[in-house]
Amino acid sequence: MSAILLAGFGGQGILFAGKQLVLAGMKADKQVSWLPSYGPEMRGGTCNCSVNIDDEPIGSPLVTTPDILIAMNKPSLLKFEGRVAVGGTIVIDSALIDVKTSRDDVNACYIPATQMANDAGFPKLANVIILGYLIKKTGLYDYDYFMDCIKASAPKAKPELGELNAKALAMGYNYEG
Amino acid sequence: MGEKLLMKGNEAIAEAAIRAGCKLFFGYPITPQTELAEYMAKQMPKRGGLSLQAESEIAAINMVLGAASTGARVITSSSSPGISLKCEGISYIIGSDLPCVIVNVQRGGPGLGGIQPAQSDYNQATKALGHGDGHAIVLAPNSVQEIATLVGEAFDLADIYRMPCMILADGALGQMMEPVDFEAKPAREIPAKDWACCGHGGKRVHNIVNSLYIEPDQLEKIVLERFERYKKLEENEVKYEEYLTEDADIVLVAYGITARIAKTAVRNARKKGIKAGLFRPITLYPFPKKELNALADKANCFLSVEMNMGQMVNDIKLAINCKKDVYHYGRTGGMIPSPEEILAKIEEVSGGNA
Repeated sequence: MSAILLAGFGGQGILFAGKQLVLAGMKADKQVSWLPSYGPEMRGGTCNCSVNIDDEPIGSPLVTTPDILIAMNKPSLLKFEGRVAVGGTIVIDSALIDVKTSRDDVNACYIPATQMANDAGFPKLANVIILGYLIKKTGLYDYDYFMDCIKASAPKAKPELGELNAKALAMGYNYEG
Repeated sequence: MGEKLLMKGNEAIAEAAIRAGCKLFFGYPITPQTELAEYMAKQMPKRGGLSLQAESEIAAINMVLGAASTGARVITSSSSPGISLKCEGISYIIGSDLPCVIVNVQRGGPGLGGIQPAQSDYNQATKALGHGDGHAIVLAPNSVQEIATLVGEAFDLADIYRMPCMILADGALGQMMEPVDFEAKPAREIPAKDWACCGHGGKRVHNIVNSLYIEPDQLEKIVLERFERYKKLEENEVKYEEYLTEDADIVLVAYGITARIAKTAVRNARKKGIKAGLFRPITLYPFPKKELNALADKANCFLSVEMNMGQMVNDIKLAINCKKDVYHYGRTGGMIPSPEEILAKIEEVSGGNA
């Protein structure tokens, strides 16, 4: 059972990252749900996404006590860190968040994902870098399995996107923080 | 089992409608329903149908009135403020005894309100979708998978009872993605549409679809006939689901997405030794009165859980003849209740007697 909350600004690919986690769960015959919450604007507003991956049918699709929090901006970390389950995991984009989590009873993982994505020339893939690091740190999915899923998620007309996502995922997975 | 797809609730409504043989969509975009219109715009032309973005909600519902007069399966969708605009047309459709499906992906209100999920159109949907003595069937799915079956059922019920059927969803259900399997639902027998105005080549007396009856005795007769149909609907088509109600001291009553959250709260209450159960109406009109009343002989109290200020409470009280206390827990304006909040309310109201 994993209740995951992904949060950040609109445009960072929060919803996309959540969808990849859910698709991989569905392919593995898990029960899954994906619930977005965002404002009326396409970019720049706050955005978060509740993801459930479970063996049992999902009750509430809204994640109120996440096992895993992915925070891609500071307001999201401050807003949601207090809700993370004891012993849970917080993945923090340390390129955008200049503070540490105030929680000492969780597994805190820092990765400068946005900086890494910019340096690698695919600035929009910080979200996928974070997914790679998440999988390394939590074992949520088998790396090779998830790699196949993320490659397959690219639209057929743009297979090169799958390759880029694969690079970003590997970069996050191999990050030594 | 067919292939599992990951879909938003809004998209699943559209896909299920197309699979139910609906060839016509008339709508106007509004958050949080727009994915439905978008899906129709993409798919209908490819699949032998028509998707038309009207100039307004009022125009769209009147296009539905026209299309339904010909006996075609037709659907429109909107969200709360847009449904208010459609109400005049819905009343005409009820008054003309026409089948169609109307989708309300509810958001916070009143007025323009907000764009986050709500259930604050319960009273509008179940009591007054327009002026006059009349009703629409109201179905409240609680998952993307249930949407896949209930939308087809909505078209069947609309055709069988010759009245509009509303799918009452909310912003969360519309926007959330879940796996869905469009397994064919069992076909129901649909009566011939011998009332439809679809051309007859002079071979029969022409049909008239109309909601104007100047003579009061004639209008009364037609309304009475319509209520005979409502009675049959209530006898034959009530749908609901029960979860751990058999020995429950406190019965939560919730529909749609809220029922899922309430179910989590019920499970957590059971872990704490509180005998909680959940009654989920799937048809909000006709409301499952008999079934709730039966529970009132066993349970100590009821707790209505909704994303509004307690609009279903009166229906529960009427259904159980006020035999037991009915409490309410709700959030409104686009706020979604958490399982923890609901559990706290369960503990509060079941305090001494659970």
